[in-house]
Amino acid sequence: MQVKEALEKFGRTPDKLIGAMLAYQKTTPCNYLTQEDIREFAKETGLPESRVHSVASFYSLLSTKPRGKYIIQVCHDVPCYVNNSTNVVIELEQRLKTKMGQTTDDGLFSLEYSSCLGCCDKAPAMQIGDNLYGNLTAEKISSVLAEHRRKSHE
Amino acid sequence: MNMVNAKINNRAVSVPEGTSILHAAKDTGITIPNLCYHPDQEIKANCRVCVVEVDGCKTLQAACATSVREGMVIRTNTQKVRQARKVVVELLLANHDMNCTACKKNNHCGLQEIAANLGVRESRFENILVHREIDTSSPSIERNQNKCIKCGRCIQMCAKVQGLAILDYIGRSGDVEVKPAFGWYLGDVACVACGQCSVVCPVAAITEKEDIERVWEAINDPDKTVVVQTAPAVRVSIGEEFGLDPGAIVTGKLVASLRALGFDKVFDTDFTADLTIIEEGHELLERINHGGVLPMLTSCSPGWINFIEQYYPELLAHLSSCKSPQQMFGALAKGYYAEKIGKKPEDIFSVSIMPCTAKKFEAVRDEMSIDGKNPDVDVVLTTRELGKMLRQAGVDFNQLDEEDYDAPFGLSTGAAVIFGATGGVMEAALRTVYEVVTGKTLESLDFKAVRGLEGIKEAAVDLNGTIVKVAVAHSLSNARKVMELIKSGKAEYAFIEIMCCPGGCIGGGGQPFGGTDELRLKRMDAIYRADGALPIRKSHENPAIKKLYDEFLIKPLGEKSHHLLHTKYKNRKK
Amino acid sequence: MNKNACVRKLLTKRFGEINPGSIDDYISRGGYDSLRKALAMSGGDIINEIKNSGLKGRGGAAFPTGLKMQAVKEAGGSPKYIICNADEGEPGNFKDRYLMENDPHQLIEGIIICAYATGIKHGYIFIRGEYARAAAMVEKALEQARIRGFLGDNILDAGFDFDIDVYTGAGSYVCGEEFALLVTIEGKSGRATYKPPFPTTCGLYNKPTQINNVETFCNIPHIIEMGGAEFSKIGTDSSKGTKLVCLSGNVVRPGLYEVVFGTSIKDIIYGLGGGIPNNREIKMIQLGGASGPVIPSDMSDLPLDYASMRENDLNFGSGAIIVMDERINVLDILKRIIGFFHHESCGKCTPCREGLAQTLILLDRFIEGVAVEKDLALLGILIETMSEASICGLGQAAPTAIKKVLQYFPEEFQSRIHATDSAAV
Ligand SMILES: Cc1cc2nc3c(=O)[nH]c(=O)nc-3n(C[C@H](O)[C@H](O)[C@H](O)COP(=O)(O)O)c2cc1C
Ligand code: SF4
Ligand code: SF4
Ligand code: SF4
Ligand code: SF4
Ligand code: FES
Repeated sequence: MQVKEALEKFGRTPDKLIGAMLAYQKTTPCNYLTQEDIREFAKETGLPESRVHSVASFYSLLSTKPRGKYIIQVCHDVPCYVNNSTNVVIELEQRLKTKMGQTTDDGLFSLEYSSCLGCCDKAPAMQIGDNLYGNLTAEKISSVLAEHRRKSHE
Repeated sequence: MNMVNAKINNRAVSVPEGTSILHAAKDTGITIPNLCYHPDQEIKANCRVCVVEVDGCKTLQAACATSVREGMVIRTNTQKVRQARKVVVELLLANHDMNCTACKKNNHCGLQEIAANLGVRESRFENILVHREIDTSSPSIERNQNKCIKCGRCIQMCAKVQGLAILDYIGRSGDVEVKPAFGWYLGDVACVACGQCSVVCPVAAITEKEDIERVWEAINDPDKTVVVQTAPAVRVSIGEEFGLDPGAIVTGKLVASLRALGFDKVFDTDFTADLTIIEEGHELLERINHGGVLPMLTSCSPGWINFIEQYYPELLAHLSSCKSPQQMFGALAKGYYAEKIGKKPEDIFSVSIMPCTAKKFEAVRDEMSIDGKNPDVDVVLTTRELGKMLRQAGVDFNQLDEEDYDAPFGLSTGAAVIFGATGGVMEAALRTVYEVVTGKTLESLDFKAVRGLEGIKEAAVDLNGTIVKVAVAHSLSNARKVMELIKSGKAEYAFIEIMCCPGGCIGGGGQPFGGTDELRLKRMDAIYRADGALPIRKSHENPAIKKLYDEFLIKPLGEKSHHLLHTKYKNRKK
Repeated sequence: MNKNACVRKLLTKRFGEINPGSIDDYISRGGYDSLRKALAMSGGDIINEIKNSGLKGRGGAAFPTGLKMQAVKEAGGSPKYIICNADEGEPGNFKDRYLMENDPHQLIEGIIICAYATGIKHGYIFIRGEYARAAAMVEKALEQARIRGFLGDNILDAGFDFDIDVYTGAGSYVCGEEFALLVTIEGKSGRATYKPPFPTTCGLYNKPTQINNVETFCNIPHIIEMGGAEFSKIGTDSSKGTKLVCLSGNVVRPGLYEVVFGTSIKDIIYGLGGGIPNNREIKMIQLGGASGPVIPSDMSDLPLDYASMRENDLNFGSGAIIVMDERINVLDILKRIIGFFHHESCGKCTPCREGLAQTLILLDRFIEGVAVEKDLALLGILIETMSEASICGLGQAAPTAIKKVLQYFPEEFQSRIHATDSAAV
């Protein structure tokens, strides 16, 4: 998708900016907005670059740094924390050989902490894209990762 | 007007509905500390040093943001209030470089003053400042984020008054920073160097680029003849640096103080302001008579020049080719004056005292050098820097006896003085153009329609039966409106004056800190008083100007003028 | 106890029994009947019913919904807007997600009734960006409702035009705060502004705006159906109706439960939630979510009731109950909570932006055992300043848990004060 297309779809008024940026970001290979993207959003909406960058830097679902194809967001708030979300983090870091806040060498996965995902009844939980995974165990994590690896080859 | 009654610290007050607690308290003699509040800006209420107790409210209330309501009981000096204010200041200091003695704003800083008043001697919190590089990329202003308290005043100024929005909050929570998009250097973005952000910054996070040392060096250099020019607006504002009332006219003391600093010759930019009127007036008539591009736009405000070059380059043909008075002066200092006193241009060191930060940028433009090597104006100092320099030298400004400018660039007119206020260039031009064209003497020299703080002003004059419409705009958000009008073909004006800064140069980005509309009006009033008090009030009647043409320039728009006093502006779109 | 005594299914009665993707299922279970009934009433009468019902907002602040609607109705200016706050970011809460995913039409019906009553033509449902599934369900339901004439022009031939847009957030908890939510919909960074004026008179694009929580709106069809007076018979004197409770943490059966106001916390944890795994002891319980108070287990007899809570200087916010058993480290938990707020603070005001960073530093001193006596005093005045002087509810409520730990578990801090240093200062 092009920045222009996203704005065609959502509309060019300032209130459509966030939605358009989210939709556009989803279609980028590295899940983020480049400086050029932000400048183009600014140009196309007539908003100042500083304002568009301000918005892009404010929301945690928007990123201005390159990320992996799949972003694994691990909830680390109290309900998950008391249900051993720390183990989920360790498990993910070991399996993916990377650290929280970083991206795997193959560019497939990024690990991020997330604020509460609203899945506290199935703690510990994580989200990848639009999919929510709860009651995480080592086995479940492993199968979720395998599923996404498979998907990436399709 | 509806009045509401309330109690502040047990004293009854009655104020018009809608009055903030901050103002109501002030009326009863209580100053509530504030940092993000600015009288000309929207309420931001983010610094939280102005909190007060209001009976019936669960939390403390921001005095700047809360209107007095009927029956309100307000306490501004309780233990709770004092503690909260103190903690807020300590929190700010704990993310700050706390280096007051070596700070550019030492003794002129809102945070420092409030900390001192509240008795904060240290911050009990751990200092968490992550040092950031100081942005020195702009020739005009410097951004030191290590001092920023994130009050947002600069953001509002740049976005609302100048309409540019170069700065914004980037990031969130503890990561929030106030900076240009992508953290780019100011020198790399379409900042016009107006320095308005620095005028409203309560701390030393945005300041003018300081060039004082280079001036001292030149003064100490026995081989240099150091000449200085003073802009019209400086004489009504420099007094503020020394505790005088805003609007005090201190021209004579200003001259004396510069001599005291060791400048060899003290000249007046007003002289070249008169010259500008002659050149620009003839250019206007030339355009009117020979089908040139109209409306013609003034070119004496370098912030405005930066704006049109970067944002409306397609309209550059409308711009007068005249250099600004500062640069005309620089060219004459090195081209005419050097010759006159038998020196080489490079032996002249030319300094200007300006109310403006954009002038620093203008002075280093490649075009502004008559020999292509040395700048015509070597250093531009702002009003604030002159204040500092005088303090460095221990000059007791208020004690000085008044002195006169040096010849040959010392004599000027009321028309030149009013260059300092929005509408002044227009009024000065009208005084001259009218008399040159009609051959009649103006009955009243005051063109009141173009005076005052209204954003866009209009007037019309009858030049031998032709009605010429003119307009005046100040601040770039207004300039933008005028540009759009021109682009849409709806601007039926022959001549438009545009000043980058609100109020014109008296509200320039290099003027004493803390500029407000109230202050601008006082300075403006002083400008017109100074004009009224001068014996000659029309540029074309300045005998020194006449002499300059006779001796050297020969005629307006002539070959020498073309070489020294005019220039070309260019597309610098980013 | 009788496990079912406290349960009354109102908002969740169709959960699992209908296909949430089918408007016919909803209609077959009485859905949109309340809307028909409402359209035959005057707006003022509807608001009166809601006032009589005693319904208070379920988003946390418990403001009487009827009064809010009246304020919007009476406010000058047009157009007016209605916004459903489905930003649900408070850790420990998931009720709004369940409501949207399991019975989206109930919510939509509630919003339409309110809009009709207050004379509003345009509505938004602001759904947090992380709730993609819920957003999809709601979008689908809206489309179905449009086709059936429950939305759009001349709804059910009653001469009333109204439609709803879905607006998804982009990851920011503070956007659930009313003012931050409004600026987000306007396309800006979600920073809170000062108040008043309140959104009821000066909301979206400075127009009168009704903002309510998902659960609040979901109550509306039931109030219209049974009448305000009948509704007000459910619950206690101060608290009418049912409450959705999000039970999480160290419990056997975490999940969403709908209980009648007045049910005790203990009954919820042990009766509905099945108690603590392996029969461990409770160390502390957090009410409402990260911004709520923590209490020790011996206070769990307290009923879910606004008045009782207020008497004890407590509140249950939007209804989360987070149970923490004896194994937890209290200061660790506090650090998680403050860490959450520090991540989510908008960064606008000094007490919250700088205060949260300093709170984390002070907590670390206690956790590492290097704190001295004066650190405790400093922490005390810091959190007081944050709750007193921050602009919005985020900064004001962020230190609640610390405050309550200092009140109910002072030893957790005291025992971590470095003995020698404290003697020295
Ligand atoms: C930081 C913060 C976050 C909030 N988040 C939400 C939220 O996610 N959902 C919600 O309904 N209310 C939230 N609120 C409360 C809203 O500001 C507002 O009071 C509520 O939406 C009003 O609806 P109600 O009257 O139906 O409760 C939040 C408040 C604060 C201070
Ligand atoms: S900005 Fe103010 S408080 Fe900060 S170091 Fe400079 S003078 Fe001191
Ligand atoms: S100098 Fe002028 S244009 Fe540049 S950031 Fe400051 S206010 Fe904006
Ligand atoms: S740079 Fe100055 S005016 Fe701008 S936010 Fe920082 S402290 Fe405030
Ligand atoms: S309290 Fe926190 S979230 Fe609210 S306005 Fe202040 S900084 Fe932003
Ligand atoms: S002056 Fe009131 S909050 Fe800053």
